[in-house]
Amino acid sequence: MMWNENDEKQSSISRRRFIKASAGATAAIMAGTFSLHADETNKFQLPPLPYAPNALQPVISERTISFHYNKHHQGYVNNLNKLVTGTEFADMPLKQIIKKTYNQPDQIAIFNNAAQVWNHTFYWNSLKPQGGGEPPAALIQKMNDAFDGVDACKIALAAAAQTQFGSGWAWLVLDGETLMVVKTSNADNPLTMGMTPLLTIDVWEHAYYLDYQNRRADYVNAVLDKLVNWEFALQNMKL
Amino acid sequence: MSFTTPNLPYAYDALEPYIDAKTMEIHHDKHHVGYTTKLNAALESANVKSDNPVTLLQKLESLPESIRTAVRNNGGGHVNHTLFWGIMGANAGGEPTGDLATAMMKTFGNFSTFKDQFSNAAATRFGSGWAWLSVKDGNLIVTSTANQDSPYSTGAFPILGLDVWEHAYYLKYQNRRPEYIEAWWNVVNWNAVADLYARALGK
Repeated sequence: MMWNENDEKQSSISRRRFIKASAGATAAIMAGTFSLHADETNKFQLPPLPYAPNALQPVISERTISFHYNKHHQGYVNNLNKLVTGTEFADMPLKQIIKKTYNQPDQIAIFNNAAQVWNHTFYWNSLKPQGGGEPPAALIQKMNDAFDGVDACKIALAAAAQTQFGSGWAWLVLDGETLMVVKTSNADNPLTMGMTPLLTIDVWEHAYYLDYQNRRADYVNAVLDKLVNWEFALQNMKL
Repeated sequence: MSFTTPNLPYAYDALEPYIDAKTMEIHHDKHHVGYTTKLNAALESANVKSDNPVTLLQKLESLPESIRTAVRNNGGGHVNHTLFWGIMGANAGGEPTGDLATAMMKTFGNFSTFKDQFSNAAATRFGSGWAWLSVKDGNLIVTSTANQDSPYSTGAFPILGLDVWEHAYYLKYQNRRPEYIEAWWNVVNWNAVADLYARALGK
């Protein structure tokens, strides 16, 4: 299943209705012209996981995915819906909320929850069962240009994930045309730096503590070797 | 001279059922030891000698820039966890007595108001961090810090700290941080906090 980031904002209609909506209506939603009804309070919805909750075992347990998706990710969605109700952000696409509230001290709660909703959806899609392995050729070319090869790029990603102190994320991004690795703290993400995120690894402890406890490096290396979805990165590169 | 991780002043299972033995073991033997080891490595790399990690945190800006962040993070981790183990215990909880109780009444009105403020600081710290009761300029204050940042770096003297990094509670409480916070009040050793209060006032 491919992730269309416009799925994040399902306007005022349920996912089922969204799927049934005509192509014209879908285009209208994507263009942000679909009108919202005031009685709809759960504007942002938790997107479906792109695989079964046990599909990433043994690298990430079903128990971890269950808490991470059903409690943490859902919690950010719920908080965001509460926070934006009746504000200028109520009708805004998620990415725009993130960019508008970034570094605004009086909107820090909206930023944190909006960014965490987006980051987690991006994370689920950055992983897949039987992932890892050889990246697509176009991505390898970028890795050769920027990192001296696939292994060097993976090592840079692992290092960023390992050295992010406290809660946060490691990212493979495009900065202009250049492939880069960056790390961010808490909810921060590369969208606010004008970069194009290609894939991410969550290094909040809740992403791995039940399975790996303090051994973050083991989690990160296992994700890179066995779960990382290089096709998703390539897809984002082409957007 | 390098720093060593102090032994836990009680058994791993002493804080059961509020904090489980496995969490305590990993928290102390892996996380705390990791901070101490990395603190020592940072100091050694810049040939900085110290016999007091608190002094390092109070004067971070005087450290070579190459190790400032490492000392802030790992020195903070070492000092914060040392305090944390020391202010907990078995058969604890309740409320403070004596001078600390008097000071709390003066600042917060009553214990329950203090407890609510402190719990709120712990619950609302986004990401990893700590909630604190500190003495600053002779007064009690409740704050929270991100990651391993220490109140010592802001001129305060911490006397009570609650670790809200997920590693402090995730095995037992998962996403339910407020439950962990509420349970934790049962293991606060107020005699130890009162001793720190007296030290903070220079008594």
